[in-house]
Amino acid sequence: MFGEGFLRTIEVAALALILALVLGIIFGVISTSNNKVMRGIARVYVEFFQNTPLVIQVFFMYNGLAIAGLRLSVFLIGVLGVGIYHGAYVSEVVKTGITSIPEGQVEAAKSQGFTYIQYMRYIILPQTVKIVLPPLTNQAVNLIKNTSVLAMISGFDLMYMADSWASSSLDYGPSYVFAGFLYFMLCFPLATWARKYEERLKRNDTTRIPYQPAEEAVTC
Amino acid sequence: MLEVFKNVFTPSNVEFLAKGMALTLSLSVSVVLISIFFGTILALLRTYEKRFLGKLAGFYIEMFRNTPLLLWILVCCFMIPYGTIVIRGGLALTLYTSAVIAEIVRGGLNSIAEGQFEAAKSQGFTLIQTLIYIVLPQCFKSIVPSLLSQVITTVKDTSFLQVVAIPEYTRSGFVVMGRYTTTPEVFMIFSVLAVGYFVICFSLSCVVRSYQKRTQIAR
Repeated sequence: MFGEGFLRTIEVAALALILALVLGIIFGVISTSNNKVMRGIARVYVEFFQNTPLVIQVFFMYNGLAIAGLRLSVFLIGVLGVGIYHGAYVSEVVKTGITSIPEGQVEAAKSQGFTYIQYMRYIILPQTVKIVLPPLTNQAVNLIKNTSVLAMISGFDLMYMADSWASSSLDYGPSYVFAGFLYFMLCFPLATWARKYEERLKRNDTTRIPYQPAEEAVTC
Repeated sequence: MLEVFKNVFTPSNVEFLAKGMALTLSLSVSVVLISIFFGTILALLRTYEKRFLGKLAGFYIEMFRNTPLLLWILVCCFMIPYGTIVIRGGLALTLYTSAVIAEIVRGGLNSIAEGQFEAAKSQGFTLIQTLIYIVLPQCFKSIVPSLLSQVITTVKDTSFLQVVAIPEYTRSGFVVMGRYTTTPEVFMIFSVLAVGYFVICFSLSCVVRSYQKRTQIAR
C-alpha cells in the first residue's frame, strides 16, 4: 500500500518537474526578452501562480472544472497543478540566472563573430547552469513535498495512502513516521547535494561572475 | 452576472469569509513571529555549536525541511490530545516554518566575517553579547527580503490547514461553496479566494522587491 503511494508520488513528481522545467525555461527566457507584451505575459503568469495557494489551484481543477463539465483525473491534476505552480518559481530562478551574466559578455561574443545560438550555447548557458542548479534542486525538493496536496483530493499518493492506512488501522504513529521517512529519503539527498554544491561554488568561484543565490527561490 | 454577484455576496457570506481571512492573517502573523524566534535559536546552535545541541538542531531542520507540511498538520491534529484544533494546526505550521527560517537565518550568519568575533572578544564582549549586539543585527538586516518572502509562503501555507477543518480563509470559502451548484457562482467564489490571497501576497512581494532595489542602489 505504501509502495503504491510512493510510486504514485514519484511519478507525479517526475512529470510535474518536467512540466515545471519546460514552463520555467520558456517563461524565464521570455521575461528577459525585449518585447514588452511577452514580458507582461510572463509577469502575469509568475505573479498569479506565486501569489495564490497551491491548494486553491488544485481544488479549482478538481471541483471548479468538474462543475463546469471538465473532469480531469486526479493524476493529471497532480501533474498539471504542481507543475504549473512550480513552473512560476523555476521561471524566476531561470530569469535570475540569465540576468546575472553581464551584458558585456554578449557584446564581446558578438564582436568575435559568435551567433546567438553559439554564444548562448558556449558562453551564457554553461555559466547559467552552474548558478541555477542549487536553487532548482531546492525547487525540486519543494515540488516533491507539495505533491502531498494530492492527498486532499484522494490522489492515491504517499500521503493519502499513509492517512487512509492510519485511519483504517488506527496506527497513526507508525504510518505517519513511515510516510515521513519515505519523503525524507526522496528529499534529503537532493537537498544535501544542493547545499554541498552551493558551498563548493562559493569556495572556489573562479569565474568573473560573483555568485549570488536567488533569494526568493529559497522558499516556496 | 449581477444576479450571481448578488447571490454570492450576501451579508452572511461576506461576514463568514471576513472571519476566515482574519483567522488566516492572525495565524500567519503569530506563526511567523514565533518561528523567527525558534528559527534563530536553531540557526545559532547549528552554526556555532558543533557538538550535541548543534547536531540536534541540524537533525530537526533537516527533518522538517525534507518532509511535507501536510504530514505535520496531520500528525499534530490527530496525535496531540491537547489544545484546540487551531492551536494544534498552528503548532504544526510553526514547527515547519521554524526549520525553514532557521536555514534563512543561517544564510545570514554565514555572511558575517569571522574577524568580527575576534574583534568583539578583544573588546571584552562575551559570546552572548557578541551575538545580540553585533552579529544578529547585521544578520537580520541582510535577510529581511528572504524573511518577507517566507511570510508570503506562510500565508499561502495556512491554506493547507483546511484539510483538518480549521475555518481559515480557504476553508470558509469551501464551506460557502457547498451551498452553490451553478458554474458561475462556484467560479465566483474561487475568484474571491484567489483574489484574497493574491492581494496580500502580491503587496508583500512588491515590498520585497522595492526593498531589494533600495538596498542594491545603496550598495
